Amino acid sequence: MTRPLLEVEHLTIRFGGLVAVNDVGFRAEDRRITAVIGPNGAGKTTVFNCLTGFYKPTVGRMRLLHTATGREFLLERMEGFRIAAEAHVARTFQNIRLFPKMTVLENLIVAQHNKLMRASGYTVLGLFGYRGYRRAEHAAIDRARYWLDRTGLLDRADDAAEGLPYGGQRRLEIARAMCIEPVMLCLDEPAAGLNPRESEELNALLRFIRDEHKIGVLLIEHDMSVVMEISDHIIVLDYGRKIADGTPAEIRNDPAVIRAYLGEPEEAA
Amino acid sequence: MTPDARPLDYGAMAKEAGLTAFVVAMLAIVLVGFELRDIPGAIALYTRFPDVVAACLIGFFGRIAVILLREGYRGAVVIGGGVVAVLLLIGLLPETLFGTATARAIANRFMPFDAPVVRWCVFAAAVFLALRAAIGRRKVRVEDMKARAEAADRAGARVQHIARYAGPAAGLAAVALPVAFGGDQQVMSVAILVMTYIMLGWGLNIVVGLAGLLDLGYVAFYAVGAYTFSLLATTEGIEWSFWVCLPLAGAFAGLAGVLLGFPVLRLRGDYLAIVTLGFGEIVRVVIQNWYGFTNGANGISGIPLPTLFGLSWDEDPGEGKVAFWQWFSQHFWPVQYSPTYEKIYLFYVILGLALIVNWFALRARRMPIGRAWEALREDEIACRSLGINPTNTKLTAFGVGAMFGGFAGSFFATSQGFVSPESFVFIESAIILAIVVLGGFGSQLGVVLAALLLIGLPEAFREIKDFRMLAFGLAMVGIMLWRPAGLLAHREPTVTLAGKQRAAKP
Repeated sequence: MTRPLLEVEHLTIRFGGLVAVNDVGFRAEDRRITAVIGPNGAGKTTVFNCLTGFYKPTVGRMRLLHTATGREFLLERMEGFRIAAEAHVARTFQNIRLFPKMTVLENLIVAQHNKLMRASGYTVLGLFGYRGYRRAEHAAIDRARYWLDRTGLLDRADDAAEGLPYGGQRRLEIARAMCIEPVMLCLDEPAAGLNPRESEELNALLRFIRDEHKIGVLLIEHDMSVVMEISDHIIVLDYGRKIADGTPAEIRNDPAVIRAYLGEPEEAA
Repeated sequence: MTPDARPLDYGAMAKEAGLTAFVVAMLAIVLVGFELRDIPGAIALYTRFPDVVAACLIGFFGRIAVILLREGYRGAVVIGGGVVAVLLLIGLLPETLFGTATARAIANRFMPFDAPVVRWCVFAAAVFLALRAAIGRRKVRVEDMKARAEAADRAGARVQHIARYAGPAAGLAAVALPVAFGGDQQVMSVAILVMTYIMLGWGLNIVVGLAGLLDLGYVAFYAVGAYTFSLLATTEGIEWSFWVCLPLAGAFAGLAGVLLGFPVLRLRGDYLAIVTLGFGEIVRVVIQNWYGFTNGANGISGIPLPTLFGLSWDEDPGEGKVAFWQWFSQHFWPVQYSPTYEKIYLFYVILGLALIVNWFALRARRMPIGRAWEALREDEIACRSLGINPTNTKLTAFGVGAMFGGFAGSFFATSQGFVSPESFVFIESAIILAIVVLGGFGSQLGVVLAALLLIGLPEAFREIKDFRMLAFGLAMVGIMLWRPAGLLAHREPTVTLAGKQRAAKP
């Protein structure tokens, strides 16, 4: 078996006496959509925050492999922003975090900060109108335009991000995450608050990202229609433990999952 | 009377106006009613009760006018305000125009205040009330705050649009200023002062306006720059020139900025403001008490002026040196020595320095670092998730802002010829911050306007110097009420797709 994109082993996160995540291990593959589901408070977002460097795990190993180059990153040892800058793990947030006063296009340009920073000679050359920087900026705008086109935001490119409708803001956040050219995209409840049509569009977008950009997608979601339809693999958490791991069909019939979601049957209690 | 007038409740009206008069009386008795004057050998207490009575009457009738306006009796206010304005004009104009003793006596009969500026303010208030009643704009309610913010943004956008021409025009006006006023010493001094604050405002705007780091101790970097230059220029054996010390002063101040930046990186908003405020005071106290190094409260004097390619500004520069007027007489036409030349030169130096800051700020906004600063102001967590190093980004903002503060500081030292800790008190930081807030965060032209208002106007209001801070406070309250986001609050995108597409077309 080939080595996976992401391998999480014995991940444990304690906040004081509270064990938020307890000895969780899973894998996420390239070109696959892996969903993490579970009831409220199961520890899904905590796992995400750990993967993207916002928390440090108490115990555990998170190994990310760049399949194209063979480079390996141990995420638990990396400083928060480096996980995005070097390991190229992108994420979105449960309660959208855009740069509200900046325009849609600027949001996407900011996401390409590190590349542009190098191109501008760490600002010094850029200040004096260095041609290489202008070229890099054009390339950045082209990339932004591509994603705006993909997310249907092209005609709103020069409007302030705060002016977008809710669904547009969700899509913009995904576009922004894609602008850092990730190898793995972590989405924290991307379908929350979307209507059925928008939710359908989201599914199409995620499939497109998986198939065309050949990256791994890790997904937290409550909306089962989204999860069951697009996931290739599902991991179920409950009270900080992993209780199931398998394909959508397997998960649907897993007694432990049914128990976690629907509770114990009356007669068994 | 207008159709939408409501019946008046005279009792309530009298009560409200009376209350206003009472508040005015309470304030005026303390602020205006008594005055301590130095008389030979003693201090005398003078009273100015006619002033207090006049203030109360103005408050009373002004309030009645406001009530009438609110209740819809616009006609009455137009007539009343107009009559008062005309009477005041007749009474006050002769004094301002001719300044004779008789005219002053007449003006004093109309209004007992000492300073003509105050009398004219009353006149302006009457005119304002009358005009407002005549135009008939309704009072804007709190629910309309959002609409008002949008209107402010639109106004800002319009100004930004004009700024493309207004900016260079203002620059040209600044260049032409010494010529226009024939190098008037007084005007040049004020212009240099205003220009220094414009530069400081632009520098702080990078930290506060762009990066959103509320810095209440900016004057610390100003002080570091000033003392770096002063010490290097006056210590025996070093005595480097201004142009050598300027980059050094900037580097030291920038270093101080980075040093301050490190411990406060985790702080945001109010907490950051408190720490930077403390830092500003620490720097001042250190300067004040480190007697052996900084000469303490006595300050450093005899700081040399910058030279112009080796040309001195003295009348008699001494052995082996050439003065500007001598050189000019030799190469162009004969001129006499005048202290004005040095003022004009200093003005151009500070203008150049300020324009460098402005150029940097405008360019940097379109650089990745500038966008990262703005993004950091909007959402730090999102920045981290995009791989932006928040530590470095904040430190560069602090460092660059401090560096420009240091440049301004060394200019301040050279233009004054003397520095002491007294020049670097907290109120200076507050004024610079006020310029940035008043102008509108991130607005370059707004800073210029605000600096003219806050530094230029108080110079015009010298006559009432005791109450300058009061007027300052009033202006701030007014701005916060009518323009909470600053005079020119509008954010222009750093890059637009529409603009790029236009540019791409042949």
